[in-house]
Amino acid sequence: MSQSTLPQPKPEIGRPRRRIVGEQKVTGTATYAAEYAPENLLHGYVVNAKITKGRITGIEERAAREVEGVVEIMHHLRRPKMGYFDMQYSDIDAPPGSPFRVFYDANVQFNEQPIALVLADTFEAARYAASLIEVSYEEDPFDVDLHKNLDKARKPKEGIDSILKPMPPDDYGDFDRAFGEAAATYEGEVYHRSQHHNPLEMHATTTVYEGKGKVTVYDKTQGTTNSQMYVSSALGLKMSDVRVIAPFVGGGFGSGLRPQYQVLLSVMAALYLKRNVRVQLDREQMYTFGHRPETLQRVRFGASADGKLTAVSHEAYAETSRFEDYHETVVNHAGVLYPVENVHLDYQLVPLDRFTPLDMRAPGGLTGVLAVETAMDQLADRLQMDPLEFRLKNYAERDQSTGKPFSSKELRACYSQAAERFGWDQRKPTGQHPRRGNRLVGHGMASGIWDAIMLPAKATARLTTEGKLLIQCALNDCGQGAYTVMSQIAADELGLPFEDVTFEYADSKLDASPVQGGSFTTGVVGSAVKAACFALKDKIFHLAQILDGFPLGDALLPDVTFTGGEIVLHADPSVRIPFTEIIAFNKGKALEVSKTNIPNPIKLKRYTRNSHAASFVEVEVDAQLGVVYLTRAVTAVAAGRIMNTQTARSQILGGMVWGISMALREETLLDHNMGKFMNTNLAEYHVPVHADIGELDVIFVEEKDDIVNELGVKGLGEIGTISMAPAIANAIFNATGKVVTQFPFKLGDL
Amino acid sequence: MSSPHQIQLTVNGKTQQLSVRPWVSLLDALRHHLHLHGTKKGCDHGQCGACTVICDGERVLSCLNLAVMKDGSEITTIEGLGQPGNLHPLQEAFLEHDAYQCGYCTPGQICSGVALIEEGHATTREEVKELMSGNLCRCGANTNIIDAIMAVKDGAHE
Repeated sequence: MSQSTLPQPKPEIGRPRRRIVGEQKVTGTATYAAEYAPENLLHGYVVNAKITKGRITGIEERAAREVEGVVEIMHHLRRPKMGYFDMQYSDIDAPPGSPFRVFYDANVQFNEQPIALVLADTFEAARYAASLIEVSYEEDPFDVDLHKNLDKARKPKEGIDSILKPMPPDDYGDFDRAFGEAAATYEGEVYHRSQHHNPLEMHATTTVYEGKGKVTVYDKTQGTTNSQMYVSSALGLKMSDVRVIAPFVGGGFGSGLRPQYQVLLSVMAALYLKRNVRVQLDREQMYTFGHRPETLQRVRFGASADGKLTAVSHEAYAETSRFEDYHETVVNHAGVLYPVENVHLDYQLVPLDRFTPLDMRAPGGLTGVLAVETAMDQLADRLQMDPLEFRLKNYAERDQSTGKPFSSKELRACYSQAAERFGWDQRKPTGQHPRRGNRLVGHGMASGIWDAIMLPAKATARLTTEGKLLIQCALNDCGQGAYTVMSQIAADELGLPFEDVTFEYADSKLDASPVQGGSFTTGVVGSAVKAACFALKDKIFHLAQILDGFPLGDALLPDVTFTGGEIVLHADPSVRIPFTEIIAFNKGKALEVSKTNIPNPIKLKRYTRNSHAASFVEVEVDAQLGVVYLTRAVTAVAAGRIMNTQTARSQILGGMVWGISMALREETLLDHNMGKFMNTNLAEYHVPVHADIGELDVIFVEEKDDIVNELGVKGLGEIGTISMAPAIANAIFNATGKVVTQFPFKLGDL
Repeated sequence: MSSPHQIQLTVNGKTQQLSVRPWVSLLDALRHHLHLHGTKKGCDHGQCGACTVICDGERVLSCLNLAVMKDGSEITTIEGLGQPGNLHPLQEAFLEHDAYQCGYCTPGQICSGVALIEEGHATTREEVKELMSGNLCRCGANTNIIDAIMAVKDGAHE
């Protein structure tokens, strides 16, 4: 009997599967960081600086201390011992520089810097007392204005983060000559202000003081391992004395990639007072740490008369703080997307008196591709070519910027399938769509690209005494669906029904996990889970080989199938060994394997590894008011294997909404005189509401990739966002003839 | 400091006596005093909708109401709509349509959706979108949320 005739369970990978934590989320029984309620809990409320730069000269806390219920007030003069070296405050996602140290000394480095913490028996008492603290300062001059300081722009310092966020390659070809000779050219700017992540759950940490300097920390983070390392190293604690737990995170989008100040404050207070402490930021305080950097880009694109892109110049100037060089990969994308031979790239930072920027959904990619893909449409317009035709004419079969082949690339299929679903053949040249009432109509499209990143990760797989599977990893999930996907991968690898797999996660005592971000979680941690399960399978098989009576004979691993909790011999399918029999043979003990999956850098380095997408959108623009309505959009994605078609679709839908937000809604306004962000609440910081979202459609294009990782997945967290924003900008141009150069597009811009 | 007020709230069918200061919001009374953490705090300013509960039959933002203002009220929170294994049809529809990602806005979306269907003002998808727009979703599950509400409203889950 051949293997194919054996009863095979339907594979978990590639099917829609409800989230394993769904029922908890829809019933309000999922517990987030600020919802752990240990006994005698103290509530901490943060006081933020009201100057932008200078020194604290005094903190008057008498009135605050008189408030009933106030227990302690902490600040740089009243805190536990902290680390001396910069390295102690570094974390997995830290850029080069000197990380901010909360409560370290009297210096104020940015507006709204946290400078004191009031601890009280109730949240209300802490909040009220915080309002009574009077701080005096000695102020220094400051500068937060990007445009005024472009002359101070300089190259970023490079650190280990440059591995994940490569700097631009050196110029190649001769841009000036090619641009000068081009038959059609476009020169333009793209600008967006800072943006803030604004996850709906505000950052919070509940620390349980376990005695003898040990703490259990319920943190809002995108990496339990990262928070554990940061807290223990900054406060000089043993790693084993700090346990970080974060099973539910109410949105991250990058805001939890670095441990934020509330975690250190909560743990500091718990250690100082030997009590349980919760610190939750308020919404305004969600604007007091990392953010997407304000960035100004200049593009100069040139093409030949027959529509070949011949010259690309892409320059970007982004904000960073005075103390760290946060950088993104902004200008590298045109040379990967298009086979252009004459390229000039430049990316520079402008240090300002602000907090350090931080990765925010599709960092760099969203910013840079916005400039590239809007410029492509302007060139297509000058060439009187259809924008899709222009892109197909310049389709890259290999990565021109490095000369490497792509590990896989189905962008062409993205274009064709999305164009067909959308009805791109109905598109008319700029300004020629018939109006709908007083609304102008426009169609636009754009390409998207994101890196498929690979890192090492570790996981443990255990065959339990009941013959079921337990997998473990410190990984946590902010809603992307990782818990469910990891369980699916494990179920398939061991041939068990989904219900027989349990995943233990989000606890720093488990195997270390990278932070959850960069679209790499499924590929990175999924490969570790697969490797651990494979090793466990091997271990189970080795025991099966020596069972009494040798039922498997001299069969090897390829000669059997693991299915339904049994090992089945291909040569004689009546020979079935239940996992429970293996456990019994193992004297009733569970079997366990831990495995670190280390990607092969030499193999990976030979290829350019990207996910791709194409978005096609329709907008209506009110001719009098300039209001833009996104009526419908189709995004096709090529990102390797799709693990869970339901949660994958949701990831892309979410990305599309973020694209709408980038194009039409969100920005944080900075007062250059005060150095302060002004619209620090969800009424004035606009994100799309239900009424802003038109019909959204998602296509997953089939793509096979044997290079990127063992699972052939490229990740979905960012790619859905990237093509959407430029497609909307291009649709606005198609409707109105107005080139969008500032994001978000606002009514006054028409 | 003002002394605590004794108030009575009927929460999810259970009558509760509470001793609260006048400045305690209904949201904090539910979360901190009754340990009903299903109702979420997303802004504390009435801007995000995460704290939506059903109070005397109407959806209200619990962060914009002081607990003392609601003395004697009947309140339904997400915990009262359904529990694991005994879901409200809209909770079930949220699972079916994957109408959530991080889950933080979800209780507010569901309470708001249940009340919206009860109110009966919205008939079309566009009207549902408009009348749900006080509930923000940062993950971008918007279209799935509206799909779930439309399915229940149109009887697919009755």
